[in-house]
Amino acid sequence: MSRTVGISGIGPVSTFGIGIDPLWEALLAGRTGIDTVGQFDASAFGCPLAAELGPDMLSIRSIVPKHYRKATKVMCRDIELAIAGAVAALDDAALTTAGTDKDSPPTIEPHRMGCQIGAGLICSDVNELGAALVTSQLEDGSFDLDHWGREGMQNLTPLWLLKSLPNMLACHVTIVHDCRGPSNTITCWESSAALSLAESVRVIQRGAADACLSGGAESRQNVLAFHRQAEAGRLTDGARGAEQAVLPFHPDADGCVLGEGGGLVVVEAVDHAAARGRAVDAIIEGVGITQTIDDWTGVGASGESIADAIEQALSQAGLDADAIDAVIPFGSGIAAIDTAERDALHRVFGDRAAELELVLLVPAVGNCCSGHGSIQLAVAVQCLKTGMLPARRGSEAIDGLNAAPLDARQTNPRHMLVLSASLGGQNTAVILGGAS
Amino acid sequence: MSDRTRVVVTGAGWITPLGHDLESVWARLQNGETAVSPIDRFQAGSFPTTFANQVRGYDWTTSVKDADRHGVIGAHTGFALGAARQAWSMAGLDEAAADPRRIGIYLASGEGVLDFDSYQRTSLSAWNKDLRAINDSQWHDTAVDAIDGAYELAQEPNMPMAHIAREFGIRGPAFNCLTACAASNQAIGEACDLIRRGDADVMISGGTHTMLHVLGITGFNRLTALSTRNDDIPRASRPFSRSRDGFVMGEGSGIIVLESEAHARARGAQILGEVTGYGSTADAYRITDIHPEGRGPCAAMREALADAGIDLSHSTDAPPVQYISAHGTGTQENDKIETRAVKTVFGDLAPSIPMTSIKSMMGHLICAAGAVEFITCLLIMRDGVIPPTINLNDPDPDLDLDYVPNEARSAPVDTCLSNAFGFGGQNDTLIVSRVD
Repeated sequence: MSRTVGISGIGPVSTFGIGIDPLWEALLAGRTGIDTVGQFDASAFGCPLAAELGPDMLSIRSIVPKHYRKATKVMCRDIELAIAGAVAALDDAALTTAGTDKDSPPTIEPHRMGCQIGAGLICSDVNELGAALVTSQLEDGSFDLDHWGREGMQNLTPLWLLKSLPNMLACHVTIVHDCRGPSNTITCWESSAALSLAESVRVIQRGAADACLSGGAESRQNVLAFHRQAEAGRLTDGARGAEQAVLPFHPDADGCVLGEGGGLVVVEAVDHAAARGRAVDAIIEGVGITQTIDDWTGVGASGESIADAIEQALSQAGLDADAIDAVIPFGSGIAAIDTAERDALHRVFGDRAAELELVLLVPAVGNCCSGHGSIQLAVAVQCLKTGMLPARRGSEAIDGLNAAPLDARQTNPRHMLVLSASLGGQNTAVILGGAS
Repeated sequence: MSDRTRVVVTGAGWITPLGHDLESVWARLQNGETAVSPIDRFQAGSFPTTFANQVRGYDWTTSVKDADRHGVIGAHTGFALGAARQAWSMAGLDEAAADPRRIGIYLASGEGVLDFDSYQRTSLSAWNKDLRAINDSQWHDTAVDAIDGAYELAQEPNMPMAHIAREFGIRGPAFNCLTACAASNQAIGEACDLIRRGDADVMISGGTHTMLHVLGITGFNRLTALSTRNDDIPRASRPFSRSRDGFVMGEGSGIIVLESEAHARARGAQILGEVTGYGSTADAYRITDIHPEGRGPCAAMREALADAGIDLSHSTDAPPVQYISAHGTGTQENDKIETRAVKTVFGDLAPSIPMTSIKSMMGHLICAAGAVEFITCLLIMRDGVIPPTINLNDPDPDLDLDYVPNEARSAPVDTCLSNAFGFGGQNDTLIVSRVD
């Protein structure tokens, strides 16, 4: 019989700050973090809105150990977000590592700690690269590749490439916390974090680790990423303003807003947590994973494939659909994906789909891409711990789903279902159960 | 391990700089040929490195049923579709009538190729010399015409798997990992785990990548990781030589079909080998340096051997592994530490185990490197021929293992160990064995 695996710590990073407390407070109050983009001038882009971390929320030099501060020079924003999430998750799990306390022995053997982190295609800093490129510009404004090869590229720092390799999130996290078990980087857009969680569970169940840092982080707050998303038709134009920017499952839904963040959770064998005197906060009961083949372009998804993922997760959990008390769908406000998710919920839950409790996060934290699943998972754990479901944002007239605006409420869910449907067609369904 | 599900290989294919089909590339590897030549993908004449192993004369549209169904694709996807077609056909999966929900995919794809010409034109047009930054609105206005959104979307790392899934109707578990040079060993190892758990009957796995573009070569040149032997290109890739000065860039894809033995036997599939062991670790040491004692590689090899049920203490005469596919990049550091690690793990047996690097002939395919080296192991076991490490006429006196210098060697091989280590500290070792 395979080991039971749970989540013993959550470290979400979102527009509201680092850790669960600021996020949870905002979600219960029904606030949104969506605002005008602050990290660059997005006024000319298709969508001028985003859900960013404020400039004072993340000081990476104060988070990493003193001896590691020099390495922050080669960290892009995505890496910083992952490191912040790791610290918060380990703190929540009461795990000591070389990175949390170098003077105390770790509470887990380094080679028994794995790390699976979702990441995106990281854009090089356009100003850093631009400053180098311009040195190879001819008088007529054109670019001289010959000069670039001889001299221009020398204006890039030698470690420039390492700032934007997706696996550098896990690289830095494993170095800081001395995690020597299996380490992987999953790059499947909005499904990355749940796929990482699934892999963490497998790694533990096959005996290669006792606990793993798992999740994802991403920031697409730059001109190239915005341009790519706008061109793919995934972004709302923001004309309704920040408060009503994202309307999941609504007939007027016209796209998402990009967020930044994600974070990590500690996935841990229940017996290992118990042996160190810590109960897990949620049990990972089932994970279903499927691939959509019909339409996985920038705006597409398949209800049938999402439903297959849910059925897989239910089967693995040994549960009937009736056992699911609340769902955190992707709920992106991208109409075609919303339609597919609604279709999937109706396929699995039948008439009950219209009454299912839904938790909608994109209107509050934006679409955090490869990190988004981490926020969904952290919120699901918090719902199970507290019995509360966050307030819902949006507008009236939701067809076929219980997604209209609602205040936070106590429902004491026993099983939460978390869904993703990624750009690229990977679908996941994770069922978390209360630890009690 | 006796009662666990056995995972076998039933199909293999590759698109490489040495050719586009299994047998012709294999013949060239046995002949000690190289495909290295001056880069003509872009004007690289002034770069510190002017040469690479390019894939030439390849047309991906001949590998798919209907190219229009795939629309715009990146080079990484094109390579993967061709390799996957070969593997799928060899495995006879068209005739197998397998349940598409029981076929999954775990790929290791890197990112695609940024349209550098459009990118630099856009950035330079928007450059503000006084602020040393781009004007974001101006950047956007140029990008709307210059940067093609569909092309950019096609460069995402999870696009190759999505296209493979569409081409072959794959609807089961789907992952893409990106752990640099270790990625495709990791993908194959994790794909095996999914089959062993019963999550799928068949998994398509392997890797695909090209970093043979302006910013890829720029990045590795700045890291001083590439050979700069521009005056002696055919002999530039020289793993384990005293005068080695870095790796030579390659590109391409290797794809295999993995299957539970029971599933393969039930449909009478040809079995090419069995994946008997997998070990995966993180260095958790430094961003660019490998631990001087090869701590991570040693642990990965030991885990893989243990997973395969191989106890070296019982192997005093005939080595239980008859071939090691080295990571063997041709950098000073890798070759020294990999040699040290193999000697640490195998002790007195190490000198009697042939260990070669096909990167000496094919170059380094980065995310696809592990996959093409794994496929080479299958062919070595089939034909009893070990391909050489070429350009090894200037041995490093500190590196004293049997690297099969310059000429192929006939030898019966029943079990191979294949290493792949990545920038960022991931170490992944596979063991593949003959199945009679």
